[in-house]
Amino acid sequence: MLFTGIALALLWAPEDADQGPSQRIFYLHVPIALTAYAGFAWGAWKALRLLWTGDSRYDLESYTGVHMGTIFGTLTLVTGSIWAKTSWGVWWNWGERQLVLFLVLFLFYGAYFMLRYSLADGPARARISAVYALFGVVLIPISFLAIRLAENFIHPVVFTREGPQMDGSMFFTFCVCLAGMLLLAGALYRNELTGKRLDARLRELREALA
Amino acid sequence: MSSGEKYLAAAYLVFLGALLAYVVIISAKLARIERELGELAELARERHG
Amino acid sequence: MNYLHDVTALARKDLLLELRGRDTLPAMLLFVIAMLVVFRFALPAEASKDATGGLLWVAILFTALLGLTRAFVPEREQRVLDGLVLAPSDRSAIWLGKVAATLAFLVAAEAVALPAYALFFGGLSWATLAAVVLADVGICTVGALLAAMAVAGRARELLLPLLFLPLAIPILVGGVGAGVTDEPGRYLGFLCLYDAVFAILAWASFEYVVTE
Repeated sequence: MLFTGIALALLWAPEDADQGPSQRIFYLHVPIALTAYAGFAWGAWKALRLLWTGDSRYDLESYTGVHMGTIFGTLTLVTGSIWAKTSWGVWWNWGERQLVLFLVLFLFYGAYFMLRYSLADGPARARISAVYALFGVVLIPISFLAIRLAENFIHPVVFTREGPQMDGSMFFTFCVCLAGMLLLAGALYRNELTGKRLDARLRELREALA
Repeated sequence: MSSGEKYLAAAYLVFLGALLAYVVIISAKLARIERELGELAELARERHG
Repeated sequence: MNYLHDVTALARKDLLLELRGRDTLPAMLLFVIAMLVVFRFALPAEASKDATGGLLWVAILFTALLGLTRAFVPEREQRVLDGLVLAPSDRSAIWLGKVAATLAFLVAAEAVALPAYALFFGGLSWATLAAVVLADVGICTVGALLAAMAVAGRARELLLPLLFLPLAIPILVGGVGAGVTDEPGRYLGFLCLYDAVFAILAWASFEYVVTE
């Protein structure tokens, strides 16, 4: 699975060779952003399952989903910042809604990790983090709306930057990139999850032997 | 190389760098798990031997 | 009916505790006035109305945070929460009671803070007042749940602001927007939406936060 992801990812370079230079970040930035949302949504879905069924294995799955989302969200901030630099000549632009949203989400999920580390291991931690992860997906649309509303008074000049007009070949490239990124995230997710489970198993074994 | 291309390269390099960092982290983790497993195996052998 | 009775009993317990101990409310009052005075010196003398309006919201947010940090401390210290969870009442009643109590503290603090703001910086629009009321509801519904989460952890005083502030950004946007723009209706509507969504979510999920 990891190989499929990487193989698809390698398709980027030849495919988007004919577009303007700064536009090409688009193929990297937007799939990363969408993948970050997917990670958060996945984490929240698993959190919901945890609360619903009380099955503790969903805890690690939810945690790993949020973990992936946060990593890709941070990458979104970095690549988005570089994009802002090429497009407007500044590293940060409060008119760029998606980026501001990711900053808010970054703070929110940073707090998620702080919350997890401060709680003692056990079912209570699983449930509390699950509830917080659920708050996250509700916060995404609410914050998006808030940032849109805030532009009216923070930024008198609204940036109406239309998404690049996509013709067939560009759209295809974009889809391939998105699929590749999602596969990559999926592979990383499985990888990370196995690692975390392994850790937990080892700890159990150590306790059993000690 | 125009400045646009430079930033483009920077963006892709950041991504690649993050991926590499992840690989490094994973390999470190694997090494740690292997070591711990070795210790545990040693422990188990002592118990039974 | 029984549910409402539980809620009022729990809220009254908190208010009585406060009346006897006077731990929280005086601190909140002093804090909010001190914030306004500090802001007066942080701003240039000819600061615009918009800037002072924003600072009023920062003051409200941090004052609320002060109250919320204290909200579950008596329960945790005297292990009341375990008893409440075991009680036959619905667990979300604990949350609603806490929301009512913190809301009462916050409104009491604002009853002093808003006139003080009007005195120091001049004038308050009706839209700001309406936004303050709506924001208070949002702050307390979200805050009471997060306070219950934070108090379970090791670094509880440290944790609550981290958990709370990202969630409070939309409240801030709605509140400031209602004060500075010509069409406050949209922002008030947004605050209503926020309150409704998070009230339902917090009401439904509180049970999982306190169960041991």
